[in-house]
Amino acid sequence: MTFLETLLQQSPVLIIATPLLSAFLMPLVSRIHAKVRDVFALVVLGVTSCFVGLLASDVLSHGPRIYIFGAQNLSFPLVRILFEVDSMGVFMAIITVMLASIAVVYSWSFLHQQDGLDKYYTLLLLVVTSALGMELTGDIFNFFVFLEISCIASCALIAFWVDEGEALEAAFKYIVVSSIGALFVLFAIGIFYAQYNALNIATLAHLLQFTFLDKIVLAILLVSLGMKAGLAPMHMWMPDSYGRAPPSIILIIMSATLASVYGILRVMFTLYGNVLTTSLRFSLPAHVIIGWILIALAIVSILIGVIMALVQTDLLRLIGYAGVAEIGYMFLAIGTSIVALGTSYATVALHGGLFHILNDALDIGLLFLVAGAIYYVTKKRSLDDISGLARSMKFTTVFFIIGALAVAGMPPLNGFTSKFLIYESVYQVNPILSIIALLGSILLLAIFIKVLYAAFLGPELPELKDVKEAPRSMLLAMGFLAVFAVVIGLFPNLVLDTLVKPAATALLDHAQYISMVVGGL
Amino acid sequence: MFSLESGSGFWNPVLWVLVVFVLFLLFYGIRGFGRSTYKKGTEQTKVFLSGNKETSAEEMHVKASNLYWGFTTSMKSLYSVLRKMHTGNTSDYILWFVLVLAVLFLIMGVM
Repeated sequence: MTFLETLLQQSPVLIIATPLLSAFLMPLVSRIHAKVRDVFALVVLGVTSCFVGLLASDVLSHGPRIYIFGAQNLSFPLVRILFEVDSMGVFMAIITVMLASIAVVYSWSFLHQQDGLDKYYTLLLLVVTSALGMELTGDIFNFFVFLEISCIASCALIAFWVDEGEALEAAFKYIVVSSIGALFVLFAIGIFYAQYNALNIATLAHLLQFTFLDKIVLAILLVSLGMKAGLAPMHMWMPDSYGRAPPSIILIIMSATLASVYGILRVMFTLYGNVLTTSLRFSLPAHVIIGWILIALAIVSILIGVIMALVQTDLLRLIGYAGVAEIGYMFLAIGTSIVALGTSYATVALHGGLFHILNDALDIGLLFLVAGAIYYVTKKRSLDDISGLARSMKFTTVFFIIGALAVAGMPPLNGFTSKFLIYESVYQVNPILSIIALLGSILLLAIFIKVLYAAFLGPELPELKDVKEAPRSMLLAMGFLAVFAVVIGLFPNLVLDTLVKPAATALLDHAQYISMVVGGL
Repeated sequence: MFSLESGSGFWNPVLWVLVVFVLFLLFYGIRGFGRSTYKKGTEQTKVFLSGNKETSAEEMHVKASNLYWGFTTSMKSLYSVLRKMHTGNTSDYILWFVLVLAVLFLIMGVM
């Protein structure tokens, strides 16, 4: 076996172990020199990205890969955890490592005068570990463990600016909401274990009978993970946390949030994939009822997100509410693909929804970084206190315009491509849904035109005359996201064909995921 | 390769960029036919405010909280409901979680 083949075979564990062990090594590395610490964090994520890339190339060309921790054979006492990595898992892992790497580059300048950066990078790597763990594991209890790590590490990061009372309050709200959500997930896992004596997702999916208890578990998992994902009306923690956390951190918390969206996808398509077509009362198939529940929550998210964003003056909170609307678009597509399960436009909707996960990460992420750059140079959060920044922050203004147009779904940027697929597929279910989705995009454009006018255009304020452009590492991080937004917008098939379509196929072909484990392992 | 198919339509961003570029050239050409006879720094280039004197740019700048005043005023009743919903209390956040969970339990129970 060659070195590369050994690396490939061990890549699932290396993807988790590299950031996890480096997180605990970080306080020691920090003692050498601040620059060594900064470079170490990026190198760790670079190495993790290489492992993710290696695993992705293998999974995309040869199908799902299983990694067994513990007992290799089915001998008792059976103590083992399975990682089952398919195209959906690697798609999410790629988003996570990309966001984390960009956040680290941005943090170099954004936080260079702050204390406690050893703890900052330790927590950052722990959140990355937890998100990657949630995305790669094939064990539902293991998923809960990583969810808990994500909650605790994210809470500490939100409270990083500990001298600000509001940051502590936001962190408190986050930990309460996240912990309750995670405890309900644990309760759901307990019900599964009591019924089926199994914790492996594929095994559970194979055994699932869709009993009354299974329906209860489905409701709990949907609502708990939905709250963690920021689905309205359980979204309120999101603007609070995003409004007070350091903007470099928001990218990392976003990756954990998107891992919860992944959790819902895994629950819906893999765990309950076999029973979704079961007929319930009034001869209604389960997927129609569940799909419409998701669509209803998605529409509420879009409307509440845009309507509340329109009146915000705190830029970070405003983008937080826009993020709620974007989550709504994802769930609108997911709900549509579940309602119309088996039809051609269900697949198009799923493509749109998955593509929008990536585009949301890029576009909302870019806007948060722009808001962070504004805060870095002006030390102001309110749009009422800033004006005419385009004169001194030309690059940041261009990045903002790209991010804003992409979030609003304006062609030819990446946001449009995923929204185009969503509009077209949702229209087949009900044209009114498409109209609401379009209305949401128009309002998003209006919201960001307000930001453009208030922050970047207008007269230069006397107190902001000495403002300079953001430092290079921050511009570099924003530049990466902006370039991705433009390139993906111009050549959507590059990502759609190589990552999104295989991920959608992996979700829809749940039989393959189940048979990999149930077939003999 | 450049065209994105949705099953009922298609989207080609490269074609779109080309069309926009050609339109830009066309409008730029039409603009060239105009005459620039105005004189800079005279009354001709000043803003006309119904005869009122133009104040300084700082005074005329509309703050972010005043933008879309008409929209927010006409939607006052909706905003008052939404503001009441967003109390900022953690217990209310959990209440929404419990409410949504209860509704889903009900639907799952009935079905």
